[in-house]
Amino acid sequence: MIRSVPHSPWFNRIYGLYLVIFFVYLALPLLMTVVFAFNDSPFPSLPWQGFTLDWFVADPADGTRTGLLHDQGLLSALGNSAMIALWVTLLSVVLGTVNAVLFERLQFRGKELLYLVMLLPLVIPGVILGVSILVFYSGLANHVSNQWGIELDMFRPSMSLVVMGQVSFITTLSTLVIAARLRKFDPHLEEAALNLGATPWVAWFTVTLPWLRPALMGAAAMAFLMSFENFNTTVMLTGSDTPLTVALFNRLREGSTPVLNAVALFLMVASALLALVATRGDKNAEA
Amino acid sequence: MNKVHHQHARRLSLWLLLTPFVLWIGLLVLLPHLQMLRVSFQVRESWDSVTWGLDQYAHFFTEPYYWRTFLRTGLMSLLTMILTLVVAFPIAWYIARLARGRARGWLFLACLIPFWASELVRTYGWMILLRESGVFSALLQWFGFAPTEMLYNDVAVVVGLVYNGLLFMVVPLVTTLDGLDESLVEAGYDLGGGHFTVMREIVVPWAMPGIVSGCIVVFMLTLGSYLTPTLMGGKDSAWFTQQIFTQFITRFNWEQGAALGILLLLLSSLMIWLGLRLTGQSLRKVMG
Repeated sequence: MIRSVPHSPWFNRIYGLYLVIFFVYLALPLLMTVVFAFNDSPFPSLPWQGFTLDWFVADPADGTRTGLLHDQGLLSALGNSAMIALWVTLLSVVLGTVNAVLFERLQFRGKELLYLVMLLPLVIPGVILGVSILVFYSGLANHVSNQWGIELDMFRPSMSLVVMGQVSFITTLSTLVIAARLRKFDPHLEEAALNLGATPWVAWFTVTLPWLRPALMGAAAMAFLMSFENFNTTVMLTGSDTPLTVALFNRLREGSTPVLNAVALFLMVASALLALVATRGDKNAEA
Repeated sequence: MNKVHHQHARRLSLWLLLTPFVLWIGLLVLLPHLQMLRVSFQVRESWDSVTWGLDQYAHFFTEPYYWRTFLRTGLMSLLTMILTLVVAFPIAWYIARLARGRARGWLFLACLIPFWASELVRTYGWMILLRESGVFSALLQWFGFAPTEMLYNDVAVVVGLVYNGLLFMVVPLVTTLDGLDESLVEAGYDLGGGHFTVMREIVVPWAMPGIVSGCIVVFMLTLGSYLTPTLMGGKDSAWFTQQIFTQFITRFNWEQGAALGILLLLLSSLMIWLGLRLTGQSLRKVMG
């Protein structure tokens, strides 16, 4: 089981075979999705009909196919997702930074309990986070509308409600990422700045914040990715401006075309790039 | 004078930092959940009046479709969690203890890559493989078999759910197994233990924080999953989240939906509490 303890060749062969099967299992669904984005056939299935870029670029004016770049429904959904993700990233990184300072730098009564409360969103299923926000805010909007005739449209299923739903749990994750970095900060550096005559604000912006930069980048990339890919919370809160995951889900239920594979490929490449940013942030944080 | 001033500044900074935290957790997590709990006890009398009662919870217990789906979802989540652990453990062990140098980094990266794509993309990939017009069926036909539908059944759902949970199991396992002192394992063998004994007495107790953390996350993700069971399941593979969705979005019966939501939340909290309790771990150690 460990290198210094010898094993029968049979055990090693089976173990090796298991590893191979596992990684094939891991790669196969994604590989197939990518391959069929380029298949010259109206269905994402075998047989292979030849290579085409139609599912990315085909203009419906020229033929029967609509490529991703001309699919207005998907493009606007993509725009919605990007908009939501930007807001979620901004809010959750700012909140995460404040929370990190609160839990790492200050001592106060009830801190342990509040820390556990901070972790709660991680152990609540995403669907429940979504419906609880729907019940609270849409109920509030209904109530206000009935009582005073004021319409609070931002509290009805819409992009703003989706942002609120996602911020509820992504903030916990960004807090954990930023707090982990802040924990390694040497407070003497800040004290030195203060001794040299800096005000606490100047010390924070010139000493502590630059130290946190890699974690902030990592948390931002992670928040953007989590927001962009979220489905379970989002589906409960979305209005008419559906984000991409919900739009894709609706299309998938109607039946699939290789355009969906093209979107999937685009999503994979975009998230891989973002993930690289996030992991580079982490690596810098470890250095 | 200076000391008083200093204390004053500290109090002020505490309140400044505490306010965003309280607003976030209060307005986006605690209040919505309390309201959901409240609504679940409301009984609609007519279009504009409500009373309090346990009607929604009574429906759950008297309507077999509800509690059967509830039970089914819980058991299948448990099964998924166990399968994920069994599948992931040898992989995590290999990455943490046997792979050398660069191979280690590459294998770990290979585990991460599928999770850069969203759950929707991963599920779609499995649909392309498993459905009747899919890749596996086409391969079987090539060998002379009839077209086979492998999608839309419980096995497909579990395959998809295990796939979705793997990363959340592999990462904590690799992290804890990484810190295992191999001389302990060697000592176990030197003292006459077999593979099984060493595994049970040394490796598993050591890896327990990782196992618990992975199991909790996978169980919770699976229990709360909506996408995979909906897209990969058949007519008989109902998932409890679908019923919550139906009550809220299709039937506008928020009271019933809220009660079902509370029940799901109770189940997941209970399982997490049991998991922590049975293994003597704390939430802070496992999650934070």
